[in-house]
Amino acid sequence: MQTIKMALKSIKGNKIRAFLTMLGIIIGVSSVIVMVAIGQGSTKEVQDQIGSLGTNVLTVSVTGSDVTFKEDDANQIQDVNGVEAIAPTVSGRVTVKNGQTNTQVSMIGTTSSYLDVRDLQLQSGRFIADLDHDNHSKIAVLGSDTAQTLFGLGDPVGESVKVNGTSYKVVGVLESVGSSLGTSGDSTIIVPLSTGQRLASTTEIGSVYVKVENEDAINFASRLIEQTMYTIVGDTDSYSVSSQEDLMETASSVNETMTLMLGGSAAISLIVGGIGIMNIMLVSVSERTKEIGIRKAIGAKRGNILLQFLIESMVLSSFGGIIGVGIGVISAQIYTLATGTAIAYSVPVMLLSFVFSLLVGVVFGVFPANKASKLHPIQALRYE
Amino acid sequence: MIIHEPIIQIKSMKKMYELGGETVMALQSVSLDIQKGDFISIIGPSGSGKSTFMNMIGCLDRPDSGEYFLDSEEVGKMKSSQLAAIRNKKIGFIFQNFNLIPKLTAFENVELPLIYREMKAAERREIALGALKKVGLADRANHLPTQLSGGQQQRVAIARALAGNPPILLADEPTGALDSKTSKEILEIMNSLNEQGHTIILITHDLEVAKRANRVVRIHDGQLYENGGEWFADNKNGTEEH
Ligand SMILES: Nc1ncnc2c1ncn2[C@@H]1O[C@H](COP(=O)(O)OP(=O)(O)O)[C@@H](O)[C@H]1O
Ligand SMILES: [Mg+2]
Repeated sequence: MQTIKMALKSIKGNKIRAFLTMLGIIIGVSSVIVMVAIGQGSTKEVQDQIGSLGTNVLTVSVTGSDVTFKEDDANQIQDVNGVEAIAPTVSGRVTVKNGQTNTQVSMIGTTSSYLDVRDLQLQSGRFIADLDHDNHSKIAVLGSDTAQTLFGLGDPVGESVKVNGTSYKVVGVLESVGSSLGTSGDSTIIVPLSTGQRLASTTEIGSVYVKVENEDAINFASRLIEQTMYTIVGDTDSYSVSSQEDLMETASSVNETMTLMLGGSAAISLIVGGIGIMNIMLVSVSERTKEIGIRKAIGAKRGNILLQFLIESMVLSSFGGIIGVGIGVISAQIYTLATGTAIAYSVPVMLLSFVFSLLVGVVFGVFPANKASKLHPIQALRYE
Repeated sequence: MIIHEPIIQIKSMKKMYELGGETVMALQSVSLDIQKGDFISIIGPSGSGKSTFMNMIGCLDRPDSGEYFLDSEEVGKMKSSQLAAIRNKKIGFIFQNFNLIPKLTAFENVELPLIYREMKAAERREIALGALKKVGLADRANHLPTQLSGGQQQRVAIARALAGNPPILLADEPTGALDSKTSKEILEIMNSLNEQGHTIILITHDLEVAKRANRVVRIHDGQLYENGGEWFADNKNGTEEH
């Protein structure tokens, strides 16, 4: 207790130096907090998107560029045991225009079952019907953001918009899929599959959403679909069948890699901060040689002196840690306010970086403290 | 009041220093007994070995050979941590240049030896304030050393030496940095402390200062002579050598 008070006192005695000493730790800790907050924010966003898929939905993606996968091929998945419904899709980016207002959105060409498979709700109007597909109808269902951008508060149903220059009739507007999805989920335009294929100028199917009958048998269905895909495509590297769980795993493994990298850069900056502390502590020891001599003369043991300097460096580093956490949180807050990007604070990361900075204080304080404690009282007293 | 019971017994103590290949016999076979409650001064010119001797008595350093009993404990061969404990309990140091810690207030300087005794804060406070009162500085408890005059600083140092209530007060040239008027004040405090029962060892090169003691020993080239007072009175050749 007394030793901590003494340490605080000697730090207070030279505030600017103390601050500069802590700077390395402050920068290290605050950058970790900011990076983790932003990183986890985006990871959470991705996970929410994946989460919105539903636990009974599989995504079949065709990734190979030199394979053919047409609508008829996709329909074979419908016949797989345990599959309730499928929604083949083709996607691309298009410019949508209403009068003078235009916006870039993602286009999805799909069939009538998409609404049910993706578990979406209509805000007004109707969804795509099978007939629209057969007729290559130029009709469109707008995502809620797209509708708002182009029509404001008015009802777009019955109006027409220009998609890449061609006129389309709006038949429906989707309910927002929620803010957690971020902006891209609602900035969409959905058209019949056949129409979408024209817009994307391809007859290939990019991905198929598959709704299974029984959630518990999803792994079994997934394996059957894999087999079917193999017979169609013939190359295991050109397609993937993934459940929500698989996607989550991929996302979290990306997250782990990122955490590891963040941890590494944090460790480096904290070590640099630690060297700064050691440097100043060594200066402090030599400046205070006389004081050490006096303390020893009146009865301080080696351990007392060691503890005094060690606690001083720990107080410095943990103060740096606390300030770093504070600055980190504030900067992350400013970042999210300025850019609108989602962030997520991680209390364990904050605690960990604080503990780590404390540890840095111990590790880099030991050498100067030991040096101080080993001074001979007479030599120290004679020092001017 | 002198009790005839030695508090310090030194027999054939030797200490030499090596400096650039040359050996200096700072103490050559010094023997000295000091009785409890005595006021002794050790006088000698600069470089005669006074500080070396004080470091030995004060357990700040270990002799090369010889015996040293302090309060009937053989301290000559103790480990440095044991010596630290002995210094803390048995000896109060008063230095020529005060040696107060500049960042600490008078009160905090005085309580320092008690902190190393792991005494509770309330008790420390009481004792430290009592010691400051004894040297007449109770009203300056919260002043920093730089806010005090030389004489006041030395009184704080005396209070610090007193705080632990050690049997021995060891003063190395305590008036060396003070003018004659303040010197007199400090020496009067020393005299009154001796009357209160403290054993005082005063190291000086100044005969006037040395004469305050009951007993004066002389040190010259690392050797000790009993008749310090008379020798200086007869020869008048100590002080100017300083
Ligand atoms: N640490 C040391 N290293 C080398 N020589 C020393 C050391 N301390 C003292 N001496 C030598 O020992 C002798 C006695 O010194 P000291 O005890 O300081 O004398 P005084 O205090 O009487 O002036 C001197 O010759 C001095 O140079
Ligand atoms: Mg000297």
